[in-house]
Amino acid sequence: MTSLGPHAGFILASYGAVALILGGLVLTILRDHAAQKRALAALEERGAGRRPIKDSAP
Amino acid sequence: MASLIDLANPTRFMRLSRLLLPWMAGLAALLFLIGFYLAWFVAPADYQQGETIRIMFVHVPAAWLAMMLYTMMALSALGTLVWRHPLADVAQKAAAPIGACFALICLLTGAFWGKPMWGTYWVWDARLTSVLVLLLIYLGIIALWRTLDDPGRAGRAVAILTLVGFVNVPIIKFSVDWWNTLHQPASVFRTGGPTIHPSMLWPLLILAIAFTLLALSLHLVAMRAEIMRRRVRTLTILEAERLDRLALAGAAA
Repeated sequence: MTSLGPHAGFILASYGAVALILGGLVLTILRDHAAQKRALAALEERGAGRRPIKDSAP
Repeated sequence: MASLIDLANPTRFMRLSRLLLPWMAGLAALLFLIGFYLAWFVAPADYQQGETIRIMFVHVPAAWLAMMLYTMMALSALGTLVWRHPLADVAQKAAAPIGACFALICLLTGAFWGKPMWGTYWVWDARLTSVLVLLLIYLGIIALWRTLDDPGRAGRAVAILTLVGFVNVPIIKFSVDWWNTLHQPASVFRTGGPTIHPSMLWPLLILAIAFTLLALSLHLVAMRAEIMRRRVRTLTILEAERLDRLALAGAAA
């Protein structure tokens, strides 16, 4: 590849669109994952899933 | 040996996916490097289409993945409706935004390729229109997930819509054979073998595997996030009930 020729704008726009869309998707998914992990850790730290002692007796 | 039923356990899935993800993402990155090097510096310009052939290396994998992810969603929809598989609607929900992005990439790169080669960004021919319909179905599915709060009810409603929408996938695939379209017919997966020269076919296949590994890695991360979201929802409800009970006990004392 030496030059992209007369249609360089179309080629670069295509690769730009791919980078933009996939970059946005990766960021969105990673941020969502991190947010859910934080929320779950905070709830577990507060003991949200634990039953009261009298409820857990057989 | 772990069976599919064993993998259906969310705890086991979380453990296995955490082990798999670095390998899948690393392999995707390596294949992207090799594939883009071959696509940009080794593959020659096409004798008719010139340098615009470089668009093929992202357009074609995006088209394949838009259809593959929808097919995965249709299989998950069966898992939700027929087998009530615990991870089926999680898999389905996680795949929709990824599939939508690849459908959008396919349409945009197709338009940028179409303008210099066909003289237009868009025509209402069967292939282009059916891919646009695929994107709209993806968006409808994402909207439906957001409309219903209860994941169980939303999963069943989305599963029905997904299965109805699956009729569009073979239409996309065979549109270029069934109708007279501006879009060219299949040139890789066809009886008689690919019609692309190996110098262009290899980078295309390597990039297709790289994009697939990226999509599957993102799918695993999105599934992990969805499993945690449901756990957060359950724990929030449990915590609210516990606080209610404490408040009632306090008022009675």
